[in-house]
Amino acid sequence: MQQADGFFDEMLAGEDRARLPYRDYHEWFCDEDIARLSQKSKEAETFFRRIGITFNVYGQQEAAERLIPFDIVPRIISGREWARLSRGIEQRVRAINAFLYDIYHRQEILRAGRIPVELIAANEAFLPKMIGVAPPGNIYTHIVGTDIVRTGEDQFYVLEDNARTPSGVSYMLENRETMLQMFPELFSRVRVQPVSDYPKNLRRSLAASAPLACTDKPVVAVLTPGIHNSAYFEHAFLADQMGAELVEGHDLRVIEGRIAMRTTRGYTPIDVIYRRIDDDYLDPLNFNPDSLLGVPGIFDVYRSGGITIANAPGTGIADDKAIYSYMPDIVEFYTGETAILKNVPTWRCSEPDSLAYVLDNLHELVVKEVHGSGGYGMLVGPAASKREISNFRDKLKAKPGNYIAQPTLSLSTVPILTKTGLAPRHVDLRPFVLVSPRGINITPGGLTRVALKKGSLVVNSSQGGGTKDTWVLEE
Amino acid sequence: MLGKTAGGLFWMFRYLERSENNARLLEAGFHIALTRSAAAEEEWMSIIQTADVQAGFLERHDRAEASTVIDYVLRDKSNPSSVLSVVESARNNARLVRTALTREVWEATNECWLTLKDALARPVRERDLPQTLGLIRQQSALVRAALHGTMLRNDIYDFARLGTFLERADNTARILDVKYYVLLPSVMHVGSSLDNVQWETILRSVSAQRAYRWLNGGDVNPKGIAEFLIQDRRLPRSLAFCYTKIVDNLAYLAEDYGEKGGSHEIADKVLTRLRNNTIDAIFDQGLHEFLEEFLRDNNGLGMQIEQDYRFYG
Repeated sequence: MQQADGFFDEMLAGEDRARLPYRDYHEWFCDEDIARLSQKSKEAETFFRRIGITFNVYGQQEAAERLIPFDIVPRIISGREWARLSRGIEQRVRAINAFLYDIYHRQEILRAGRIPVELIAANEAFLPKMIGVAPPGNIYTHIVGTDIVRTGEDQFYVLEDNARTPSGVSYMLENRETMLQMFPELFSRVRVQPVSDYPKNLRRSLAASAPLACTDKPVVAVLTPGIHNSAYFEHAFLADQMGAELVEGHDLRVIEGRIAMRTTRGYTPIDVIYRRIDDDYLDPLNFNPDSLLGVPGIFDVYRSGGITIANAPGTGIADDKAIYSYMPDIVEFYTGETAILKNVPTWRCSEPDSLAYVLDNLHELVVKEVHGSGGYGMLVGPAASKREISNFRDKLKAKPGNYIAQPTLSLSTVPILTKTGLAPRHVDLRPFVLVSPRGINITPGGLTRVALKKGSLVVNSSQGGGTKDTWVLEE
Repeated sequence: MLGKTAGGLFWMFRYLERSENNARLLEAGFHIALTRSAAAEEEWMSIIQTADVQAGFLERHDRAEASTVIDYVLRDKSNPSSVLSVVESARNNARLVRTALTREVWEATNECWLTLKDALARPVRERDLPQTLGLIRQQSALVRAALHGTMLRNDIYDFARLGTFLERADNTARILDVKYYVLLPSVMHVGSSLDNVQWETILRSVSAQRAYRWLNGGDVNPKGIAEFLIQDRRLPRSLAFCYTKIVDNLAYLAEDYGEKGGSHEIADKVLTRLRNNTIDAIFDQGLHEFLEEFLRDNNGLGMQIEQDYRFYG
C-alpha cells in the first residue's frame, strides 16, 4: 500500500507491517485474493440496497434514495485503547448532563464566571422554557454520539458532542451484520466485541427514564418526521429492533394530561418518546407555530411530568460549537477532574483577537458555523480555492459570532479497498452512548466514517463519505 | 397497533394484489388479441375498463391498442393503478409500516419494487410481454410467500389479508361486470366460437380456465362460469371465497379486540347474499345490477373498515 505521508495509519506501521490490533486481520488479508474481495464489496452493496438502508440527500430530487458507500476493511481498536476512550467519553457525558441541569437551574457555572453569560443568553440553542424543568434522574441527553478523531498512537480528540439527536447507529449495527454474513471466518479468527445489544440497551435505557408517575411497564415510542426524512430508515429500524411503535406527530394528541397514540382500538397513552425531530418542530403551541411534525401541547405535558422526551428539549445548548471550546472547563467544573479526552484547539471568532488570527490564517484552518451540521457551510482552508477563501472571509467578517475555527487536523487513516489494493483514507469515529438513571452504557464500537476521496478530510455522508465496520477487540 | 399502521398494511396488500391482477388482465387480453385480431381493439379497451382507468387512459390515448394499453397498464406513472405506480405505493406503505413487517416481508417487497422498477424502466415490447408479466406475478408471489411463512397470525396479518381480499373481490366483480353481456342468454351468438373465446378470456383473467375444465368436464357455459366466479368457494378468486376470508379475518379482529363494528355487519350481509342466492335468482335479478350492488358494498366495506379501525386521524 502507498503510505499517505505524515499521517498516522491505524493499520500499517511501516511497509507491510501491521500495528498490533490489526495483526490477525492483516495476516488474513494478505492470504486473500483482491478479486474475491472486490466481489464481496459488490455483494455488500446489493445487500444494503435490498434491506433498504438508504438515505435521502436534501435538495437532490433525482438521487432521492442513495446508499452510503460501505468499505469492507474494518476499523480496529484494541481493548486497551477502547478502555481509555470509553472512560473519557463517560466523563464527558456526565459533565454534559450536569451542565444542562445547571444551565436550566441555578446556573452556577455562569456565576462562577467560567462561561460568559451572553454565550448562553444570546444562544438560539438555549431554551428558556426549560428553566426549572427537571427530567427523571436529571438526565437531559439520553442518547449521545461523541465524534472522535485520532492523530497519533495516543492522540485522540473530541471533535463534536452530538447531544441532540445523533444519527448513524443503524449503520453501526447493519455494517456489523453485513460483515458477519460476508466474512464469518474472520470473526472466529479475531475476537470482536459484539454491538448487537444496542437496541435492547436503548429500550432499557429509555424505559428506565420514564416519568416517576409511571408504575407499569413503560410504553416507549419513536417519533419520526416521516418517510421523507433522510434518516427514516434508522427511525424505523430502531423502533422495529426495540419493539416500540414508530409514530408521527399526527398519530399523537394530548388526552387528560398524557400523550396518547391513535391505535386501531382508540387512544393509548405513551410514557417515553424517543424523538427524532428537532426542538423547534416538537410543539407548534410552544415553539415553531408552523410545524406540522410535532404534537400541539406536548411540551406542557412534559413540563408537568406526564412524559419523558429523549433527548430533552434544549440539549442543543451543550453541543453548540461555541460552547464546545469551553468543554475542558465544563468537565472540570462538574467532575472535579481534568478531561481525559482532549478538545481540538478552537478559536472563537466572536473574540476580536481570535478573529484577527483566523482571518490571517484562513488557508490553513477549518472554519465551521456554530449551529451547522452535516458538513454544510464549512470551509476547509487547505482544500479551498482563493476565491472560496475570499468569499468566506466576507461572511466571517459580517457575522463573526457565527463561526469557530480549528487547525486542520492530521486525521489518522485506515486503508480502504480499491481496485488496485489498499489505499489510506482519513477516518473519524462516532461511538454511541446511552444514559439513564440506571447508569451509562457505551457500545464497544461505533460508526467509523471514512472520506473516500484521496486526501479528503470531510467524512460526512452528505459530502461523499462512506462507512466502515468498527471492531473493538476483546482484551 | 397504530391506526396508521393498520391502514398502511391494508393498502400495501391492496396494491400488491392490484399489481398481480393487472398482469393477469393483460395476459388474458394479449391471448385473445393474438387469437382473434378482429375484435382486438374492443378487447384492449375492456382491459382498461376492468382496471377502472378509462378516463385517464382516454386523456392520453385516442385508441386502445396493444402498445398503448400495455404501456398505460404497466408503466404509466400518470396512471395511479399502473403496475409501476402500485408497486411503488405498496413499497411506500411497507416503509411506513416497516415495524409491523418481518424482515423477510419487507425485503421481498423492496426487492419487488427494485426488480419491477428496473424491468419497467423502458416500454415493454410485445415479444417481451409474457416474460415481464411472469416476473410481475412471480414478485407478488414472493411477497405472499414471505407473508405466509414468517408473519405472526395476529391483527397485523388480519389487516394485510383484508386488503388482499377486498381488492381481489373488486377485481373479479369488475371482470364479470365488464363482460356481463357475454354471459347473458342471448340469441345472438349462442354456441358460436365468439362466445367460447370470450368465456375463455373471463376464466383466464382469474387464472381459472384449467380449474373450470377439471370441475366441469368440457362443458363451458355462461351460467356455469358466472356461478364459478361468484359462488364457488373452492376458487380462490371467487367473490364467495374472498368474502368468506373477509368475514373470517374480521371475526379474528373482533375476537382479538373484543368488539365488533359496522364493517362486520356489511361483510356478513354481503356473504349471506352470495351464499343464499342461486345463480338463477342472480340472473333473474339482473347480473349487471347484482354486480353493481356488490361493487358498491365492497367499496363501502373498505370505508367502514377504515373508520372502525381508525386508519386516519
